[in-house]
Order: sequence, then structure tokens, then C-alpha cells
Amino acid sequence: MTETTLYDKLWDAHLVRQSDDGTALIYIDRQLLHEVTSPQAFAGLRENGRRPHRRDTNLAVADHNVPTTNRSAGIADPVSRLQVETLDSNCAEFGITEFAMSDPRQGIVHVVGPEQGITQPGMTIVCGDSHTATHGALGALAFGIGTSEVEHVLATQCLVARKMKNLRVNINGRLPDGVVSKDMILAVIGMIGTSGGTGYALEFAGSAVRDASMEGRLTLCNMAIEAGARVGLIGVDGVTIEYMRGRAYSPQGPEFDQASQAWLELQSDPGAVFDLEYDLDASDLRPQVTWGTSPEMVISIDDVIPDPANAPDKVRSQDWSRALEYMDLIPGAPISSVVLDKVFIGACTNGRIEDLRAAAAVVKGRVVADTVKQALVVPGSGLVKRQAEAEGLDQVFTEAGFEWREPGCSMCLAMNDDCLEPGERCAATSNRNFEGRQGYRGRTHLVSPAMAAAAAIAGHFADPAKL
Amino acid sequence: MEKFIRYSSTIVPLDRSNIDTDAIIPKQFLKSVEKSGFGDNLFDTWRYLDQGEPGQDCTGRPLNDDFVLNHDSYRDGRILMSRENFGCGSSREHAVWALRDFGIRTVLATSFADIFFNNCFKNGVLPVVLPGADIDRLFASDQDEGPVEMEVDLARQSLTTGDGRVYRFEIDEFKKNCLLDGLDDIALTLQYAGDIHDYEQRRARQVPWLFHDLD
Repeated sequence: MTETTLYDKLWDAHLVRQSDDGTALIYIDRQLLHEVTSPQAFAGLRENGRRPHRRDTNLAVADHNVPTTNRSAGIADPVSRLQVETLDSNCAEFGITEFAMSDPRQGIVHVVGPEQGITQPGMTIVCGDSHTATHGALGALAFGIGTSEVEHVLATQCLVARKMKNLRVNINGRLPDGVVSKDMILAVIGMIGTSGGTGYALEFAGSAVRDASMEGRLTLCNMAIEAGARVGLIGVDGVTIEYMRGRAYSPQGPEFDQASQAWLELQSDPGAVFDLEYDLDASDLRPQVTWGTSPEMVISIDDVIPDPANAPDKVRSQDWSRALEYMDLIPGAPISSVVLDKVFIGACTNGRIEDLRAAAAVVKGRVVADTVKQALVVPGSGLVKRQAEAEGLDQVFTEAGFEWREPGCSMCLAMNDDCLEPGERCAATSNRNFEGRQGYRGRTHLVSPAMAAAAAIAGHFADPAKL
Repeated sequence: MEKFIRYSSTIVPLDRSNIDTDAIIPKQFLKSVEKSGFGDNLFDTWRYLDQGEPGQDCTGRPLNDDFVLNHDSYRDGRILMSRENFGCGSSREHAVWALRDFGIRTVLATSFADIFFNNCFKNGVLPVVLPGADIDRLFASDQDEGPVEMEVDLARQSLTTGDGRVYRFEIDEFKKNCLLDGLDDIALTLQYAGDIHDYEQRRARQVPWLFHDLD
């Protein structure tokens, strides 16, 4: 028998029809919907007199536009409000389950899916959102799609696709204290570049991945797209099975045991051949921080800002110069000397309970630096928020001077009121440091939750272990 | 979808790599529930000197004279040229809608991000991957001799510049036909409703937990 990769197995299990021209019809088990990329898809269904093929396998939740303060007052911005109301009315019209803004289960779609057991190993999962790669941490084939494909999946429960190539990144060794999954994935992106995974399904393997918790694995897969890979994947093991047990939408009773047996098969065979492989040693990783306007522009906390003169080629040299100008940074300066205006802890990358615990552990008994204008903690879901409050983490944060907010995407992309002002610099646990991502002319540095917390306390970047 | 027909235009050179969809259409314009009307806000942050708002009339806004789309010789260009990993980041199809609404029907680059690449074909926009040497030559030609005119012929899979040089490109046959015929691929997939039904019947027996209602 041929040895196959996890991606091969998932692909084969969902193949409805293979065409001679190389395209295939792939079955989609689950679609997640949010307010930003779905309205035009529902409008398309309506215009063509179509209905969802399997309405009861879709889940909708508003996350991008929702306010993180004073929920009961509703959404002040009329344009944002219309978009969220449009999601509500589309879900009502087409009979799709929605966690409304007032529902305690509401949150960022990529936090809610796994948390509810709506994401399950072995599924194909799509969402009109590039960070759908997140769900691959559970051994699901999950990827982001555009709005036309959202409509296609609603109408047919299928997508026309071409098989991707297989890429594996092996991360072995024990992570040093204070170094976490976020640092691993930033280091991977730094190593292979933001287009290194384009055209590939990216599987993470190795002892450091096996040792990671499910939260840490979700962080890894979340940023596969920042390495160019639409799909992030991790094979199923005991951690996956225990994570799935008892979740609201997980199979229950004997069916859970039956499902678990099937899920444990979801791994690459030992002899499976990958089109491309990379290795990373976890044992000498240091906390990572991005300095530029692309996630691949990343260095460790001990490094200095790089010099465009040392870039590998002319095009990159120009890109680095432009990034340094935008970020207002000087080559040769230690990254630890860079002073912050704001700190953002949250997002689908790092808005889970373990992330909040890691940040709180650094913050406990300390206060936010006077020079930091705002430090936000935005839980990834209502249930994460509730759990954190039960553990007293909200108290730790608020006593230190952080603001404790309602769940949503918030300042990761600043579609609500949470944003940077022009020129402001932010340490963020989110996933993109693009120009203007967190606000017009804002400057973003991507870091782990512990690093963000340390930066808030110190007022500049600092190794949390040495604070 | 509008059919893709052969046309000629000036190439708009945007000499950067890793142009992300946040740059192509900033987030505030994603609040629209419509599928068109994004052209005035294409590259909004680079094109204008002020911060754009959704629904705003852009005619009186201060322009960034350094940005290529504001130069007289390029503002009517209908072919965009960039470097590697064009369209990376967010899956927002609004990025393609903005290019299309502005009038750009072809993007040349050494590589594209996967989701953006797919989104192009759903909206009558042709993404063409060219080797680095070709892109280098076209950028150099623009810089040394001025704006480059190019004819895009999808049926023949060729690009012809004003000096008669021909660049051939590869494209997936299915995607090519969808663009040329302006096909609705949902209707195409619905032709296979029988296959989809059979698959569901088979799968529901093997993995019944995948077929529970989310209600």
C-alpha cells in the first residue's frame, strides 16, 4: 500500500468527482460564516433563486465589526451595524444557526469552532476568512475562501479545486522557558518566507508540535497562511482526542468512541513523501518579534533591526527600506529599545484561555508603563472570557492597568472602534503587521502573549523571562 | 460574469513584492454589503493623502502624486504589474472587486497568493504568472523607455508588447474556459448533483457524526 500524507488522506476522503483536466469536486463538511464576507454570497443565492444545499452544517457568528465595550448599546457605526444586521437577517431567511452578539458563545469564528466541537478531525471546513487554516490543528482540512466560493459551498456543499502539494515543517527539541507556539510559527515564517508555503498544504510535525497543547497547535496552524499556505495541518493524537471530548457539538457516548478510532487514523504514514520539507530546532529558539510590514520580517528579542544593505537581493532591499521607513525604525538599533504606544492581546491567533493565562502570569503584581497609552485584552470568545473571569485573570489585568473587553476580532484588523491612531506603535498578539492593518498609518509588531504583556509592563520590547 | 476578451492597455508598474489585500482594499471598505463600488478605493492608503471612509465621494480628495496610478501616463492602465506573492494575506474578494471596478482585468506577477489567485477567476480578472526575468525586463523597459503597451490574448495565452515581443503564459484549462465564456461555476457544479448525492449517502454511513444538524 502506498504511504500517504495526512493531506492526501483528507483529500481522498472528500473527493466527489475527479475531472480529466486535473480539477476535482471536493465535498465540504462544514462552513463557518461571518458578517464581512457573506452578504454578497447570500445575495447571490437570492438572485439565482437558490437555497443552501445543507443549511444545518453552516454556523454563523459576527466577529469582525462587533464592539468590545458596552455590548448592550449595540453598534454605533451605522455601516458596521447594517453588516451585522444583514448577517442576522440572512441567517433567519435561510435557516442557518447563528450565535448572535448577545449569545455567550459568540466570539471569533476560529475560536468558537474548535471550542464548540463544531470543528472536528477529518472534516473539510471552509470560511470566507484566510485564518480558517487554524482548524487544521485538529486534523481537519480547513482553508479560507473568497465570497464567490462561500456562495458555491452554500449552493452545492462542494468546491472545484486542484490538489495542493505537500509541505512538512518538522520542529523538534524542547522549547526553552518563555518561548511558545507563537514564537515557533513566527520563526517558521521567517525561515520559509511569506510565500514559502504557497501552493502547499503545510503539516507541522516533530516533538515540539506533539508537546504543544491544542491552544498552541491552533496558534501554529492559524499563521500557516502567513507562510503562504492556505492549509495548516497537525496529525491527530491523544491531545486532539482529549480536546474533543465533551464539547457541545462533539459526538457523544458510543459514537465518540467510534469517531475517536477513526480520528486516530488521521496522520501521515511514516514513509509518506512530502514535496518539500524543512526542519527547525526548537531548543535554541528565542522569543520572536516582527520589525517590518510583512510577517517574514522577524527577529529575536536579542537582535538588532536589520540593515537593507544586508538584504539577500535588490528587491528585498527596497522592501526592507520601505518597511523601515513606514515603521520609523533605524537599522542597527536593538529591537528591545523600541518603545510602544499600545498593546493588544487577543485575536484568533492568541485569544484563547492559555494565551490569557500566559499574559496574566507576566502581568501579575506589576503595572502597565506610564508611556503606554492603552493596553487591551480581548478574549477570543464569550466562553473564554467567562473562564478567564472564573480564574480571576480579568482582575490581574485590570489591576495592572489593562482594559478587559468583550470578545471579537477587535484591534487585529480594526473594523470596530479599537484601532491605532496614525503613527502609533503596537505590540500585538495578532497575525498581520501589514501597513495600516490595525489602523490608518499604525505600526504593528507581532509577538506572543507573554511578550506583549512584558512590553506593556516595560513600555518597550523585553524578554518576559528577564523582566 | 463578464467574458474576458482580448484587449490592449498600458501596464501599470507597481514595483513591490508581497502586496497584501489590506493594501489593495483597506478594511473600512469591507463593511459594504454590495459586490461593486470599490474602484475609487483601490489602493486607498497609497493613492490618497487622507484617510478614506466608506461611502465618501473621492473626487475632491488629495492625491498622492508619487503613487503610480496618479500619474497621467498610467491612470488609465488596465494591466497591473507587480512582483512576488501578489494578493497575500486576507481572503477578502473585495480586493479583486476593487481591481475589477477600477478597470484592471489582468495582473502580472512572478507569483500570487492562492486565495487571491482563485478569487480573480470568479470575477473576470486574469492573474498571469511570468518568470522573474520577464517581469524584470518589463519593469526595466518601463523605467528606461516609458510606459509599456501590451495586448492580452487569453485564448492564445499570449501577451504582446508594443515592440512585438511575445510572452507566453500557462493557465489551467478549466479556469481559462470559465473566463473566456464568463461561466457561472455554481451552475456547472450543480450538473453533478447526482454525484454529490451519492457521496453524501456513502459518507453518512461511514462517518454518521459528520451529518448531525447544528441546530
